[in-house]
Amino acid sequence: MTVQDGHHGAEVAERTEKRWAMISIIIIVMLVLLAAFAGIHQATMPQARVETTDPARLHLSGEFVESNLGTAAEADGTVTVRAIGQQYSFTPSCILVPAQTPVTLRATSADVVHGILIQGTNVNTMLVPGYVSEQFMRFEKTGDHLMPCQEFCSFGHEGMWGKVKVIDKTEFASRAKNRGRLSCVGE
Amino acid sequence: MLVNRKLILAHFWLAFGGFGLALLLGAWQMFVRSPLYAWISNPEWYYRSLTAHGTVMGYVFPTLVAMGFGYAITESALQQRLVGVRWAWAGFWLIVLGAVMAMVPVALGRASVLYTFYPPLIGNAFYYVGVVLVVVGSWIWVALMSINLRVWRREHPGEPVPLAMFANVAGSYLWAWTAVGAALELLLQIIPVALGWKTTIDAGLARVFFSWTLHAIVYFWLMPTYIAYYTIVPRAIGGRLYSDSMGRIAFILFLIVAMPIGIHHTFADPQVGAGFKFIHSAFTALVALPTLLTVFTICASVEIAGRLRGGRGLFGWIAVLPWKNPIMLAVAFSFVLLGFGGAGGLINMSYQLDTTVHNTQWITGHFHLIFGGAIVIMYFAIAYDLWPHLTGRALPDLRLARAQLWLWFVGMIVTTFPWHWVGILGMPRRMAYYDYADPAISPQAFSVTLSAIGAIILLISGLLFLFILATAHRQTATEAGAYRFSVAVHPPTTVPIALNTFALWVALMIGLTVTNYGYPIAVLASRPDTSVPAVYVGAQ
Ligand code: HEM
Ligand SMILES: [Cu+2]
Ligand SMILES: [Cu+2]
Repeated sequence: MTVQDGHHGAEVAERTEKRWAMISIIIIVMLVLLAAFAGIHQATMPQARVETTDPARLHLSGEFVESNLGTAAEADGTVTVRAIGQQYSFTPSCILVPAQTPVTLRATSADVVHGILIQGTNVNTMLVPGYVSEQFMRFEKTGDHLMPCQEFCSFGHEGMWGKVKVIDKTEFASRAKNRGRLSCVGE
Repeated sequence: MLVNRKLILAHFWLAFGGFGLALLLGAWQMFVRSPLYAWISNPEWYYRSLTAHGTVMGYVFPTLVAMGFGYAITESALQQRLVGVRWAWAGFWLIVLGAVMAMVPVALGRASVLYTFYPPLIGNAFYYVGVVLVVVGSWIWVALMSINLRVWRREHPGEPVPLAMFANVAGSYLWAWTAVGAALELLLQIIPVALGWKTTIDAGLARVFFSWTLHAIVYFWLMPTYIAYYTIVPRAIGGRLYSDSMGRIAFILFLIVAMPIGIHHTFADPQVGAGFKFIHSAFTALVALPTLLTVFTICASVEIAGRLRGGRGLFGWIAVLPWKNPIMLAVAFSFVLLGFGGAGGLINMSYQLDTTVHNTQWITGHFHLIFGGAIVIMYFAIAYDLWPHLTGRALPDLRLARAQLWLWFVGMIVTTFPWHWVGILGMPRRMAYYDYADPAISPQAFSVTLSAIGAIILLISGLLFLFILATAHRQTATEAGAYRFSVAVHPPTTVPIALNTFALWVALMIGLTVTNYGYPIAVLASRPDTSVPAVYVGAQ
């Protein structure tokens, strides 16, 4: 490029500029298409519906009463995990799930905003009091994961760490036979 | 023609003074939560510090820089005395009052809610009222920018508004509108609860209101930096601006597309449905456009400077650039940091990738890289460039300025690269303490230590910056001449009305906000079952 002050220079400059603008637009359109494609064809999609629940009555009735928290084996072979976050712990504090099984996590908060993050996975959701968060997950390998609260929830936030224990499918099935709601608290 | 130098200096000094204190807190936070420090006996102190650091760095410091720079632009680009000087001082003192009012309860531990507020956690009402006063003070500035432009237009009918002022006013309108989200949240939801008039609050709706502010505020932080790219850099390094119209288009695009995309901050939230998340995610991609255009225009402008200095060949022009000039150095560093930060931004933008990094230390690493790095390093450049015109004295020693910029650049990389990495490992953010003895956490210890070392480098650089500005006041007097902005290769003689006025673009900005936010807000606000009991900080 040379610095020209004439009319010709202005035209060249404008053409170059337009070409770059087109390239930029193409890059952006590609990115949007990529995101749309991934959204439609891959598992990770935002939760479709907004569901509410009253945090003041969680312990009294509904799906988040204490006896219903933990992991439930469903008739169709999948499992559902129900959990709540409160200052400064999760209930259950250790979540037990089978490997290689579709898992639905349903969780909410009993007081302020918390978050659930399962390290080493892309499971990550906010817990906003008044609303139910739902995530679909699947663990391929057995093992332990830390599950910190990822949003500031007041002075004890740094101590709010839960755990996820992924066990073998058959072992899980045999444990599920005996009890309704499973967890690994105290293991 | 900088007449109201005292006003401008007051803004810059308050901005940089606050920055210095907040920087000290930042470095302390980095240290106490690293393996270098054994155990913070009272984690509550960490959250006080974090609330102060975030509030000052996020709300007070960049707002004051934008205001001071805006007043300087008004007087020098329009070449007219600032209209409404008393109002400008009123705005300044409102910000002082607001900042002090907000920081007292924070220091007392009564408002450790962090700068994002997130109800139903509720702190002392003075904190929120103080933040509102800071915003109101800045709105006075917005009005003044608009009024001064109008006065100028009356005297120069049909003439192109100088690019610096055009961009400055665009930035002020963007700020005025984006602040409305948090203002609604504070005035309608939080403050009534903080004062005890109400005891319940819709936490989900509050997060949606806050997201209205949270995205576009980052473009407000970025405005002074982009204005400097276009209107200071080419002049300071002896080049020309490649294209004046492209600059106008970029700033107009920011005005339009920065707003209707904030719901990407609620990707992981349960109170917003998938549809609006997708719409905002697609719009978010658009916001890369003005930045891509800017990168091209500025690189081309810098190339012109290199060619004018006799540089030849494909890359020969780079070597001959005035590397001893602090502005040249700053813009180069800023672009490198912007490149890395932009790549990280593309990752955050995608819903699928965001799930692995959401609310981890990746995010804090990312915004320190972009905001603390790419943006703030140009705030330094603006100060260095303007200072001789404000003080009537030359900077003490350019070697010091260069060393300061180098330290900031290196410090940012040393701090933020490992910071991103521990985020990928799943380290959550905003925690006062991490148990590095836990085998699952111990792999993060080394990276966090590196970040803490970077923090020391940044702190040294920041203090050096303040030292340079302070000692500049005691140099011998020189005549700095009129403060000028870059000249375009083809300076505009006439500009299409669309690139010279704002009515259409402001209408679009508001219209797009209403279409992209109206429905989610209306639905949440009209649901009767979403309010939850407030939890008062310090009440436990
Ligand atoms: C010495 C340099 C700096 C250090 C060491 C530092 C350190 C930190 C740390 C440790 C946090 C808390 C992160 C967490 O626990 O999640 C933080 C938050 C924050 N920093 Fe900095 N910081 C520095 C400079 C800056 C600069 C220059 C800016 C912008 C101008 C900035 C803006 C912020 C903001 C807005 C937050 C709030 C984040 C939140 O509440 O999660 N910081 N910083
Ligand atoms: Cu927490
Ligand atoms: Cu954003």
